[in-house]
Amino acid sequence: MSELIKADDVEFIKKEMVRYEDKYSAIIPSLYKIQARHGWVSEDSVEELSKVMEIPSADILEVRNFYTMFNQKPVGKLHIQVCTNVSCAMNGGRELTDHICKKYNVKKGEVSSDGTVTVNQVECLGSCDTAPMMQINDKYWENLTNESAVEIIEKLRS
Amino acid sequence: MEVKLLTEHYDDKSFQGIEGYKAKGGYEVLKKAFKMKPQEIIDEVKASGLRGRGGAGFPTGMKWGFLPKNDETRYLLCNADEGEPGTFKDRKMMERAPHQLIEGMIISSFAINSPKSYIYIRGEYNESTAILRKAIDEAYAAGMLGKNIMGSGFDHDLDLYVGAGAYICGEETGMISSLEGKKGQPKLKPPFPAVQGYLSKPTIVNNVETLAAVKYIIRDGAEAYKKHGTEKSCGTKLFSVSGNVQKPCTVEVPLGYSLMDLIELCGGLKPGRKLKAVIPGGSSAPVLTAEECVDAKMDYEDLAAKGSMLGSGAVIIIDDSNCMVDLLNVIMHFYHHESCGQCTPCREGTGWLEKMVKRIVTGEGRLDDIDLVLKVANQMKGRTICALSDAAALPAISFVEKFKKEFEYFVREGKSMVTSKGAPAHA
Repeated sequence: MSELIKADDVEFIKKEMVRYEDKYSAIIPSLYKIQARHGWVSEDSVEELSKVMEIPSADILEVRNFYTMFNQKPVGKLHIQVCTNVSCAMNGGRELTDHICKKYNVKKGEVSSDGTVTVNQVECLGSCDTAPMMQINDKYWENLTNESAVEIIEKLRS
Repeated sequence: MEVKLLTEHYDDKSFQGIEGYKAKGGYEVLKKAFKMKPQEIIDEVKASGLRGRGGAGFPTGMKWGFLPKNDETRYLLCNADEGEPGTFKDRKMMERAPHQLIEGMIISSFAINSPKSYIYIRGEYNESTAILRKAIDEAYAAGMLGKNIMGSGFDHDLDLYVGAGAYICGEETGMISSLEGKKGQPKLKPPFPAVQGYLSKPTIVNNVETLAAVKYIIRDGAEAYKKHGTEKSCGTKLFSVSGNVQKPCTVEVPLGYSLMDLIELCGGLKPGRKLKAVIPGGSSAPVLTAEECVDAKMDYEDLAAKGSMLGSGAVIIIDDSNCMVDLLNVIMHFYHHESCGQCTPCREGTGWLEKMVKRIVTGEGRLDDIDLVLKVANQMKGRTICALSDAAALPAISFVEKFKKEFEYFVREGKSMVTSKGAPAHA
């Protein structure tokens, strides 16, 4: 029935809708599913999800917009999120962000011209004992230096 | 001295799985709990003096006591949305001892007669989520969850719910809104969640560490648990120590432990550095000066007497290489970003605080900005639905009042008093 939400995903969404006491609780897991498929959640996807879930699109859109983990625009193949909160800031997290941006010639929040990298500063990721750190897609990389971070990104890019 | 109750088996990799956990006495306490009456468990937790380990420090047994005395379905919600900057103790526990949390949750659910519980975990914790999912499956397969657990006649289901990146969801009613599939905006209290929570049903929200501690209170008894800590701050506490110490880590010590000893446990400061300040309970806790740290005890009362708080136990050690104006700028950016936007004093106040501190840190500050920061922050306190507004105001006030010279210098000279560099490029 839909272009953006595949049949497998519809099946997942329907299951989530009966997993919790209220079908609204399935909105967040469903948005994750869409993001796993496309890398971000477009307003068109929200419209389609609204039809699948029979929930007004405004209710879904405000959830997408409220939570920072839902990307509202496309991101690079590697979504690099560097923590710059207190403990990481004290240990070079901001300099690390700048270093990575410079290395890949990309501004914060934008996609590099080859589509491989997006760099963002994020708030505390609960990894303060291993500062500075970054999250690339789902995975944490800790105890970084400017050099080791670039080495990790290079490996993942290839 | 460290006292290892919750962290005893952290270094044993097998403790993560149910077999290794059982080999160390895992799920034996649950067996013991099933031989008790639910009310006896609640009384034991009350007698233990256990207070919420997530930040607010509310007595756990008393919270449970607020549940209505009827048959209405009630829920237990484990707060694993660890987001207070500087805090990482819950993540460590979920990764190293997931069954300890699950066992604590089943015991607590039995005590409050809850048929269903959720662990609400922050979205970024992918590794903890995967480990917990596996542990929950193992617990179901071993008959520790589901119908008629251990032949007790008690049924319980436990599910995991993954958040999506919002500090405010660590506030219990914000968490409930989020679990209900909405924006994570806190709700007006009363009614408190114990009366009207998740889907308007009675709901108890407890932190990861709190629920794990319940297991040890039932194992050892309230009297034995109370032997750790002080008269009013009972038991052990996990501290997440980070910043300028040589060995940042999670440590478990009795409440009332000396802050200076805690710093030593984490390897002390770097050679040649002097202690400048400590944030003792996550970034919302008012900062302590080095002088205040000398005799500080890590418990609810002593830190409150010093005008700060124990909070989540996130201890950020700040040495003399740091510029306090710069650090406050980082903290103000955070609270502005995380304000849910519901209440005007918080939505506008966090924005103005960030703007003014940023103006100072970029060398554009005016002398009256310093007093204006204090004025705005003081107007934000106690005027909103939840505590986020206060959480932003308190560090602003304490940083400015206690390190006023640094702020004045920055305004006057357009550069930091501490670092030789000019205004930080990142501001």
